Amino acid sequence: MFVRPKNSAPSSGPRPVIARLANVMPLLALTACQPSVLDPKGPIALAEKTILIDSVAIMLAIVVPTIAATLGFAWWFRASNTRAKFLPDWEYSGRIELMVWSVPLLVIILLGGVAWIGSHELDPAEPLTSNTPPLEVQAVSLDWKWLFIYPDQHIASVNQLEIPAGVPVHFSLTSGSVMSAFFIPQLGSMIYTMNHMATRLNLLADEPGTLLGLSSQYSGAGFSGMRFDVRVVPADQFAAWIAAARNTGATLDAASYINLTKQSSDVAPFTFRAADPTLFQQIVSQALPPGPGPAP
Amino acid sequence: MTVFGELSWSAIPFDQPIPLVASAIVALTIFGVLIWVVVKGWMPYLWREWITSVDHKRIGVMYCLLAMVMLLRGFIDAIMMRAQQAIAFRSDGYLPPEHYDQIFSAHGTLMIFFVAMPFVAGLMNFVVPLQLGARDVAFPTLNSVGFWLTASGALLVNLSLVVGEFARTGWLVYPPLSELTYSPGVGVDYYLWAIEIGGVGSLLSGINLVTTILKIHAPGMTYSRMPMFCWTALASNLLIVAAFPVLTATLAMLLLDRYLGFHFFTNEAGGNMMMFVNLVWAWGHPEVYILVLPAFGVYSEVVSTFSRKPLFGYRSMVAATMAICVLSFTVWLHHFFTMGAGADVNAIFGIASMIIAVPTGVKIFNWLFTMYGGRIVFTPPMLWSIGFMVTFAIGGMTGVLLAVPPADFLLHNSLFLVAHFHNVLIGGMLFGAFAGYTYWFPKAFGFRLHDGLGKAAFWCWLIGFYVAFVPLYVVGLMGMTRRMQHYDVPEWRPWLLIAAGGAVIILAGIILQAVQLAVSIRHREALRDTTGDPWDGRSLEWSIPSPPPAFNFAMPPRVHGPDAWWDMKRRGRPYETPAYADIEMPRNSPTGFICAFFASAMGFALIWHIWWLVALAAVGAYATFVVFAWRDRDEDVIPAAEVARIDRTRGEARAS
Repeated sequence: MFVRPKNSAPSSGPRPVIARLANVMPLLALTACQPSVLDPKGPIALAEKTILIDSVAIMLAIVVPTIAATLGFAWWFRASNTRAKFLPDWEYSGRIELMVWSVPLLVIILLGGVAWIGSHELDPAEPLTSNTPPLEVQAVSLDWKWLFIYPDQHIASVNQLEIPAGVPVHFSLTSGSVMSAFFIPQLGSMIYTMNHMATRLNLLADEPGTLLGLSSQYSGAGFSGMRFDVRVVPADQFAAWIAAARNTGATLDAASYINLTKQSSDVAPFTFRAADPTLFQQIVSQALPPGPGPAP
Repeated sequence: MTVFGELSWSAIPFDQPIPLVASAIVALTIFGVLIWVVVKGWMPYLWREWITSVDHKRIGVMYCLLAMVMLLRGFIDAIMMRAQQAIAFRSDGYLPPEHYDQIFSAHGTLMIFFVAMPFVAGLMNFVVPLQLGARDVAFPTLNSVGFWLTASGALLVNLSLVVGEFARTGWLVYPPLSELTYSPGVGVDYYLWAIEIGGVGSLLSGINLVTTILKIHAPGMTYSRMPMFCWTALASNLLIVAAFPVLTATLAMLLLDRYLGFHFFTNEAGGNMMMFVNLVWAWGHPEVYILVLPAFGVYSEVVSTFSRKPLFGYRSMVAATMAICVLSFTVWLHHFFTMGAGADVNAIFGIASMIIAVPTGVKIFNWLFTMYGGRIVFTPPMLWSIGFMVTFAIGGMTGVLLAVPPADFLLHNSLFLVAHFHNVLIGGMLFGAFAGYTYWFPKAFGFRLHDGLGKAAFWCWLIGFYVAFVPLYVVGLMGMTRRMQHYDVPEWRPWLLIAAGGAVIILAGIILQAVQLAVSIRHREALRDTTGDPWDGRSLEWSIPSPPPAFNFAMPPRVHGPDAWWDMKRRGRPYETPAYADIEMPRNSPTGFICAFFASAMGFALIWHIWWLVALAAVGAYATFVVFAWRDRDEDVIPAAEVARIDRTRGEARAS
């Protein structure tokens, strides 16, 4: 473990209050930096953060005046205020009725547009446009660790995701036991993993660094330990890592996979020197059965 | 197989001191209260007037009492969770996962099914018939069965603390985690049978209230003159009737998987857990509105009463309520945008979810304009209402934010989400329940709750809520996911410490509420309300004495417009002396209590596979039903002279 200062760039200009709130904490981080979704490290997370901030801003335009009016009306029309007018029978106004229906409606039309466009542009299954061909990674959630298979590189790793910076990554995801969710907060777009099904996700990390990855769907006793480091490295380092991985560890085949499906928690990262490239498909098709659950 | 199925001494957690000591204290307390009641000779009174009562007012009070007791249990879970997360930075904390996981599962289950549900059911049962000018509900005995079945469900959940274990799956038992392969213990079975039994209870209560609202009103009480609380109760109970069977059926399928080896939701043999997730949220989203709509009704009554004005935009409010009622069935998918359904599906459900914000926004504005031009009195119910309007505006905003699929991709299952739904459930539903509790308490018991302590409790709850949940919004944005038993990101920790402090402030609020109740009972003579109308109310429940006589209205009131009681007071003839007649009221019946006794026994036997007891309890429950169905007399007559006597003594008290 090493300690390093995070975010060395001088902060200039006003930042959204909420972003400052999230970053006000000590600027030291251990191994992984603070996994704030407001500190994106890739285009997907950045776009999602932008939508998040924009939506809040649109809504604040109506929520803040509403809260102010609530407190203001409550105070001004207090029973002891003799200067306030008293309208004991006032219960209808066509104009105000029109306003109370149309103002929220307009806000929702605007936000609905944001949701529609955003959903389509940021569909997790949609490939990213890039000159570099995407890296294939197959992710399998197990009790209670993550298995990452690199089918083109024929290696695999557990609780450790190594990806090159600036290269789109295409994930195929499934579960070797119960439902989980794959999430790297600073890269965006969490997605469920389910046995007998494959979900798809496209992410890209802009720059080298170590990010936190985790499971964001509770899956049993060892769930809290299903975290993994996402090491974003320059392309040459990635190639070196692949080469190194090919020289160490065991081979991932049906037998060692079955062994891996047994429940274990807080598993330290390790790699497999070779991986059966059809393994993922076998897990999805249940040719390899889902995990056995707790030992009897 | 033994006589006791799979039940053995190993089911008692002798190795876990926390639940054992806690449950021993609870058991001793219950036992002590029982002994005290018997020694004091109150048992016959309790049996005659409460346990076997089919009076909607008594049932309403019992529902609220159940909710408050379960709130204490659910809150103990909450503060244990906050303490665990405050401690468990790079350590295991003080709760191992198998215990922590039970606690958050039990917390959610209790708070939704056995706090929120009974609280709103209690308020609706007590108030709705009085507001409608009705003497009784449509199905009084069925109503009693509904209450006692809900209590059975609560009993089973609490029993799991001592005998066996509770589910470790989260409060919605997502398969395949909840299937036999991954959860072989009795925990999930406790959950399933408790919710099956309690869910049937909720359904019966819903059927009774829908029928009552549609069929039983005072002359002249047309739909367009019903108080807003009756409208929201109608919408809420329509949702219960439509949605609860979905939950019951879904959980029944999971039971078939677990007990008979079916494969509805398993990994293998073509099971599909996505089906469960869809079905459970097809109930789960309407459930949100089942809980919050009656609270909206309470706010409507309270804001109008304490602003001394009629509700602004009544027709808009009715339209908004019914729009929410219908729309709530069209948005369930927003609970799982991250399942990978595709852009069109996500976008359509996201927009549908946002559309619900329109009628909800209309309601907020209408309360705002109800206050405009009013003379606002800051009683505790009004404080809860204003606290709600501010808090709910924020909760609504974060809710709409989560309805934007790309934002949800970042925040789903995070503590941001947890903060959001506590924001709307505490700031929306629970504040409403407390407002209703303080508002109608004098009607139920004839004396007010202590004002100062009520206000102090409100401020503790309000401040405690913000201190506890704003940090959760922040750590959610910092990537922290829910249900973590331990974590190793140092930046999360300060916020979790603050949140634990917030829980302590809320604890102070709860203690103040308990003290408020005790002090008010002790000083009840000083707080006595002899008028039956302590708040200068507007609807019919304030036209009758407090507590109301069994028959509610000596004569059915004549309704000439909205705000019926206000209207009568203004016309200057509020207390007419009616021509008294005999009144027929349903006889009290132990059917509900006995049915629930057998249902509890059957649930317990099913959980532990004690098959002979299952059969015995089933026969017992059926026999109870047959005996009830074959009863000869189902009504008692209160003679006109008796009605006159009760009514006159009350009237004199009020006149003086």
